[in-house]
Amino acid sequence: MAKERNDLLQGTLDMLVLKALQLEPMHGWGVTERIEQWSEHVLRLGQGSLYPALYRLEHQGLIRSEWKSTQHNRRARYYSLTREGRRQFADELAQWRRMSRAVDLVLEATLEPR
Amino acid sequence: MRWIAAWWRQLCALTRMGSLERGLDEEIRFHLDRQTEKNRLGGMSDDEARRQALLRFGHIDSVRDRTRDQFRPASLDDLRRDLTYTFRGLRRAPGFTAIAVITLALGLGATTAVFSVVHAVMLRPLPYPQARDLVSLEHTGTGLTFPNGRVPEISATLFLTYRDGNRSLQQLGLWSTGTASVTGSGEPAEVRTLNVSDGTLQTLAVPPAIGRWFSRDETSPGSGETVILTFGYWQRRYGGNPSVTGRTLTLNARPRTIVGVMPSQFRFLDEDVDVILPIRLDRKTLHLGAFNYRGIARLRPGVTVAQANADVTRLVPVWLDAWPAPPGLTRQVFADVHLTPLVMPLSRAVIGSVGDVLWVLLATIGLVLLIACANVANLLLVRAEGRQHELAIRAALGAGRRRIAREWLLESVLLAIIGGVLGLGLAFAALRLLVVIAPATLPRLGDIAIDSATVGFAFLISIGCALVFGSVPMVRHSAPRIATALAGSARTASDTRTRHRTRSALVVFQVALALVLLVGSGLMVRTFLALRDVQPGFTAPDRVQLVQVGLPEALVQEPEHVVRQQAAMRDRIGAIPGVEQVSFVDTAPLERGASEKTFVENSSGVYASAPVRRFKFVAPGFFAALGSPIVAGRDITWDDIYQHRPVVMVSENLAREHWGGAVAAVGKRLTENPDSPWREIVGVVGNVHDDGMEQPAPATVYWPSMVTKVWGEPIISARSVAFAIRSERTGSDGFLEEIRRAIWSVNANVPLTRVRTLGDLYRRSMTRTSFALVMLAIAGIMALTLGVVGIYGVIAYAVSQRTREIGIRVALGAQRGDLKRMFVRQGVLLASLGIACGLVAAIGISRLLAFLLFRVTPLDPITYVAGALLLLGAAALASYVPALRSTSIDPIEALRGE
Repeated sequence: MAKERNDLLQGTLDMLVLKALQLEPMHGWGVTERIEQWSEHVLRLGQGSLYPALYRLEHQGLIRSEWKSTQHNRRARYYSLTREGRRQFADELAQWRRMSRAVDLVLEATLEPR
Repeated sequence: MRWIAAWWRQLCALTRMGSLERGLDEEIRFHLDRQTEKNRLGGMSDDEARRQALLRFGHIDSVRDRTRDQFRPASLDDLRRDLTYTFRGLRRAPGFTAIAVITLALGLGATTAVFSVVHAVMLRPLPYPQARDLVSLEHTGTGLTFPNGRVPEISATLFLTYRDGNRSLQQLGLWSTGTASVTGSGEPAEVRTLNVSDGTLQTLAVPPAIGRWFSRDETSPGSGETVILTFGYWQRRYGGNPSVTGRTLTLNARPRTIVGVMPSQFRFLDEDVDVILPIRLDRKTLHLGAFNYRGIARLRPGVTVAQANADVTRLVPVWLDAWPAPPGLTRQVFADVHLTPLVMPLSRAVIGSVGDVLWVLLATIGLVLLIACANVANLLLVRAEGRQHELAIRAALGAGRRRIAREWLLESVLLAIIGGVLGLGLAFAALRLLVVIAPATLPRLGDIAIDSATVGFAFLISIGCALVFGSVPMVRHSAPRIATALAGSARTASDTRTRHRTRSALVVFQVALALVLLVGSGLMVRTFLALRDVQPGFTAPDRVQLVQVGLPEALVQEPEHVVRQQAAMRDRIGAIPGVEQVSFVDTAPLERGASEKTFVENSSGVYASAPVRRFKFVAPGFFAALGSPIVAGRDITWDDIYQHRPVVMVSENLAREHWGGAVAAVGKRLTENPDSPWREIVGVVGNVHDDGMEQPAPATVYWPSMVTKVWGEPIISARSVAFAIRSERTGSDGFLEEIRRAIWSVNANVPLTRVRTLGDLYRRSMTRTSFALVMLAIAGIMALTLGVVGIYGVIAYAVSQRTREIGIRVALGAQRGDLKRMFVRQGVLLASLGIACGLVAAIGISRLLAFLLFRVTPLDPITYVAGALLLLGAAALASYVPALRSTSIDPIEALRGE
């Protein structure tokens, strides 16, 4: 379990965060929860590592944030995708699909000629 | 441009660093609380839930540090490093920095100063609510001989017709200005009055600070007399006493109740007034004539100026039908004027023609700024050449093209900002000067100040300049050719040729602009000289003292008594030691008089055409005091006045126009109204340029200061007159005191006002020209200096670059004189190229100055030749000095070097 957690590929975290925010604005904790749920509890983020990613993405102009109150009436910072963020996510997704297909092809290759 | 946006984001992040950090702490707290909450719901104890949450989160401090790194980005550190580096670089080259900063400060300061004037006078809206909706009601008439057929004034009946019938105006009102004497406490004093009808103050929509506006009753006859004070007068006379309303102020010997005080920021258009009086209109006595007022109005919301114009145009025929003609005139006379409304935005009416001068000035100063930019660009290029070696090394060590380009830009921006800040200081000082030399007719002069808009403008043009001059070396030098630059020493690098071409092009550009400015100021000098050459129609104006004295009806009722008192005053003043001549006139020369129709008797005794002529009321001896020659006939005498003889004098040009000459005019007759008796011309007097030296002298009729049977009145006399006193003692306090005592010895209740000399009026009539002249001359001198510095720089640099070559040439036997000539020729060649371009540009641009010129065409050959020669001479000198250095080069030294 611990191994899986640390093995999140470099750069993948950014993509997952963008994906999590694609549907609706969320606060930081919500993002960790969402990723955990979607991955059926396989991807358990080191929760703290999320924050540098969020600030980095905001600095790059891919997401933006604003302070809002939650339904429990607490102030929280909600992140949402910018237009540039959406485009970036689409690019990264396409890139990822190509990569993972390539990796799959390699891993599943057999010696038989086609 | 992407990196500019990134820079900007970083700059923003820098400013909100504190709030970002606090936000992060709160965010982490929130996260931990939510996780704890979730753990607890999963069945953990409170402590355990918290512990697990902290575990999942990881090391808080390290998270915080890593996050902080994201918004305290490395490139921001880069920026700081670059800034320090640039600062250090500038400090290491104090000569370069000083020259660049001073050049920029001059250019930016001058531009900022002129912009602040343009902003205050033309761009800022008038200080009234919804000032855009305010309009001035003026007219044009094709049947008039006024300049441009313009009729700025409006008659009371026209106003009433508009008020009753319009559909496009919310409010409208009449106004006029005048003076009144205040008596009752202390010495009699004159105040400036603003007369307003019902609706005028309502149109401007500025409520009084204390009290109220005039009521409708107070602006019709029969009710108590009232007055509203302006803030300044309230402060001066009543010390700002808040319970001033209800008190009385005696104006023109008539008590008036004070009903209100206007707020301090209230200004009536561009008029400087002390008190506001109601205009009382009596519909029963009004007729079509008497265009004695100005009209203003406020448009209904959504109505355009053109719509309002069409709306009131419809009412002009209504007006002609509804009102009687004045005594002695027919309706047809008014119909023949073909009066057409000219509704215009109030701001345009207030600014008038001065606006054009200001735009010319701004454009002029803009050119100077461009020259300054070209100079700094040249300096930066020199600096870049010098740093080529260093840059090549840095590039070889891996400094990116972008990084180096950014440094160039940063250096430019830094220079521009330092220059801009200094320039702002200069502008502040320049404005004080500007306000002194600006024409008195410049509207809203008091509003000129360095405000936030000016500072913003200064900042923007500084950055704009930085981009302009910074981009030159950026393009040329951000990608050093490492191999070439490192191979030899920078001195012999062969690719400097293109760079040299850039520098030469910049100099040509500078010289061309400088020539345009020199031609512009040359044309103004010629105009000024031509104006000085105009014979004004009076002599030695500085020796003519003018003082205004008014005898209102409330003070002296009978016209006859008015003249007697004025004559007595004249005698007393004449007895003062040092007074050579003294007499009086109703409006002093150059202070614009009234104009009226004049009917001339022709050979068959019927009325010839009746053009509008200047009217002046004079006393005997006035022309002697003025120094105007009587060219035919005689002066008006006291007997003419006291015995009510129907006599007049006319100006020479009027005599020439009707009778072909001065002598022929004597004995001929004219009148102001067919109902009045004919008046005989007894004398013809030299022309006086009453509308300013650049205008032709108006044809003038001089009436005796008391006239009978005029405009339906049995007798009138000029009640407010200017005494013209010719003396060597003008302007001295003792002299004025003696004049005051002389006047008060006749009537102790009259204030003596508007003390000035004819020389003051003469100079003021030329202020528009002298203002434009001074400003253009300043611009021209700056341009010349900058251009000379530019040429000097290029030649000096060329000499330093070619030291080796010179050394070889000298060693091979070249004559030093030839070498010198070679460099001077180069400088003169550049200048000639610039002059050629400049001549073409000047021919195109100087046309814009035409409206300022007098007896000089925009293509005046003398000015162009003089400007070109001046520049050429300066260029030769500027290249001779560095060329001299080439002769002191020792060939052995030069060849041994490197």
